[in-house]
Amino acid sequence: MELNVGTGNQEPRSLLNRAAPGVITARSEQLIAMARKSSIWPMTFGLACCAIEMISTYMAHHDLDRFGIVTWPSPRQSDVMIVAGTVVKKMAEPIKILYEQMPEPKWVIAMGSCATNGGPYYRSYSVVMGVDHIIPVDVYVPGCPPRPEALIDGILKLQEKIMQDAGERGRKT
Amino acid sequence: MSTEGQLDTIHMMVNMGPQHPSTHGVFRMVLWVDGERVVDLEPHIGYLHRGSEKLCEGEIYAQIVTLFDRLDYISNLNNEMLFCRSVEKLMGLAVPERAEYIRVILCELNRVASHLLFSGTFGIDAGAMTPIMYAFRDREKIQSMFEAVTGARMMHNYIRIGGVKGDVPEDFAQRMGVLLGEIRQGIDETDRLLSFNEIFLARTKGIGVIDAETAIAYGMSGPSLRACGVPMDVRKDQPYSVYDRFDFGIPVGEKGDSWDRYYVRVMEMRESLSIIEQALEQLPDGPTITPTRLVLRPPQGEVYVRGENPRGEIGVYLVSNGADRPYRVKVRPPSFCNLMALKELLKGTYVADAVVILGSLDIVLGEVDR
Amino acid sequence: MVERHRREETPQAPVALDDKGRALQLLLPEILAEFQPEVGAAVDLVVATVKPQDVPAVCRLTKEDPRLSFDYLMCLCVVDYVEHLQVVYHLYSTTMKHMMVLKANVSPEEPSLPSVIALWTGADWHERESHDLFGVVFEGHPNMNPLLLYEGFEGYPGRRNYEMPEYREW
Repeated sequence: MELNVGTGNQEPRSLLNRAAPGVITARSEQLIAMARKSSIWPMTFGLACCAIEMISTYMAHHDLDRFGIVTWPSPRQSDVMIVAGTVVKKMAEPIKILYEQMPEPKWVIAMGSCATNGGPYYRSYSVVMGVDHIIPVDVYVPGCPPRPEALIDGILKLQEKIMQDAGERGRKT
Repeated sequence: MSTEGQLDTIHMMVNMGPQHPSTHGVFRMVLWVDGERVVDLEPHIGYLHRGSEKLCEGEIYAQIVTLFDRLDYISNLNNEMLFCRSVEKLMGLAVPERAEYIRVILCELNRVASHLLFSGTFGIDAGAMTPIMYAFRDREKIQSMFEAVTGARMMHNYIRIGGVKGDVPEDFAQRMGVLLGEIRQGIDETDRLLSFNEIFLARTKGIGVIDAETAIAYGMSGPSLRACGVPMDVRKDQPYSVYDRFDFGIPVGEKGDSWDRYYVRVMEMRESLSIIEQALEQLPDGPTITPTRLVLRPPQGEVYVRGENPRGEIGVYLVSNGADRPYRVKVRPPSFCNLMALKELLKGTYVADAVVILGSLDIVLGEVDR
Repeated sequence: MVERHRREETPQAPVALDDKGRALQLLLPEILAEFQPEVGAAVDLVVATVKPQDVPAVCRLTKEDPRLSFDYLMCLCVVDYVEHLQVVYHLYSTTMKHMMVLKANVSPEEPSLPSVIALWTGADWHERESHDLFGVVFEGHPNMNPLLLYEGFEGYPGRRNYEMPEYREW
């Protein structure tokens, strides 16, 4: 009996696949999303203690550069705003202005419990209880402060979200 | 016909706003410049005012240690120790010897970590992108050691009222020996990379000079004051905890410029390592905490306690009326007082130097705004 | 009928002055005699209470007298004891290495006293912050704009009667 050792290639289905095997096709949204998620440029926006852990994540030990992430000072040329730290009412307006200065597509990561819901300052008279009162947030990273590994997990979740949103029509394309 | 002398010029306002890569947090500087020279400065703070002092009035003493952690968020253990010392002084509580030594070891290690972060970020302010990588490599090693002892990389909540939360791991002395050797090498490397680099010297020597008398009038403290030649250090002037049992020096600068403020910190790191070695040799056995109730009621009274943070002299004024919550907690932050002198330092300098001078003061907005 | 046993009075923190403190306790009433200070002690610091209008003159004496030479203002804060607001100055001498506390009481309806910015430039932001949080006006201070709170903040959050906001989850 002949052993059918497959080569691993599937049967070509479409005309293009039969005409030109070895060519990968995908929808343009997915390709663009793959490019976007592999080169996220966050704006340098550390507010408080979480900023120190964010800087640690950028540095050599828990490198973020291997994900294509380069921190960029200008909001006009960045993709992600990582809100790291407590949002104070005096700072709420600058945050809104900075968010509006970022071009589409843009995402927001709320890092730490202060940016998520006020954190240890939940009874304070001058703290906004979470940055999602001001701008829409995509990923919440809990912790006080979150470990660098937790922030990397949050960024990977954001990458998944970018791919997923591109898969669904009409969203962030 | 020349029109020179009849030209109307106004000073241009440059806003280095709350979001800026070089302002070390949410600090806003409004500079009025005449060409490239700074004519006037208006600092705006308060973008991180979280109301910590008011929140302290609603929490029991054990919870306030966590709030103090987050004030100067780079030197957490120093802040915790300060608050615990203030409550212990008010109550007349004795802390076991072993706990005092562990506190000193961890506080000095925290000082090294804080100065490493400073040297890295100061390099970035001056334009050097590499030393921060080296500095953070060593900082990660220190943070691993903190994690082994206290359970957290930052915000340790380890120094409690009456002592420390738990004992150090069994192989502590051996691991610290290895760590100290690695840190010493790391400091030497960062020193070789940055301190005497020609470009760095050109960017920091003679920039932002302040004399000793003005510095004292502004209430400056810590390495920024010691760089002006004033040997003021709380650990030597009014020794607290067990600092009087160690033999260490106080590095003092000469001219009070940015390079002096930087190099005083590099030398301080080496002194801190020597303090840690002496403390490890002298570390006694015994309990690590004096048991107290969770809900403490100190006697009525007030106390002012000073400590030497990596940034300068921090003070806490604690007023108690006998209840389980304090009546008033006021923190005197070192960065707040150092920052007041910024206006004096920036008069007449170039705009590019403004970034370097602000970096050399080493401020942390968490304690400036509280 | 069950009588609940209550502590008669709250215990006071014991006073323990060191040598420099004791020397100051004797020296201060002599040097500041014309201002009739009330000199006491709190745990390990000498406390002198004066009238608010005398504060700049007293501070000048403490700074310039060679036996005191308090040239370093460590901290300036306000404590709200409901009937009055107490302004507290913590002074330190870099040469003689001793510390003292100076206090002045002002009324909460019209809290104002002269500024000490002419003596110690480091009093600048401390006074602005006290004005922000407690409403104390320092006469002679060049710039009383809000420092920590945003423009248009109503109320004085430092005071005991300030109502803290209710916590809302969402």
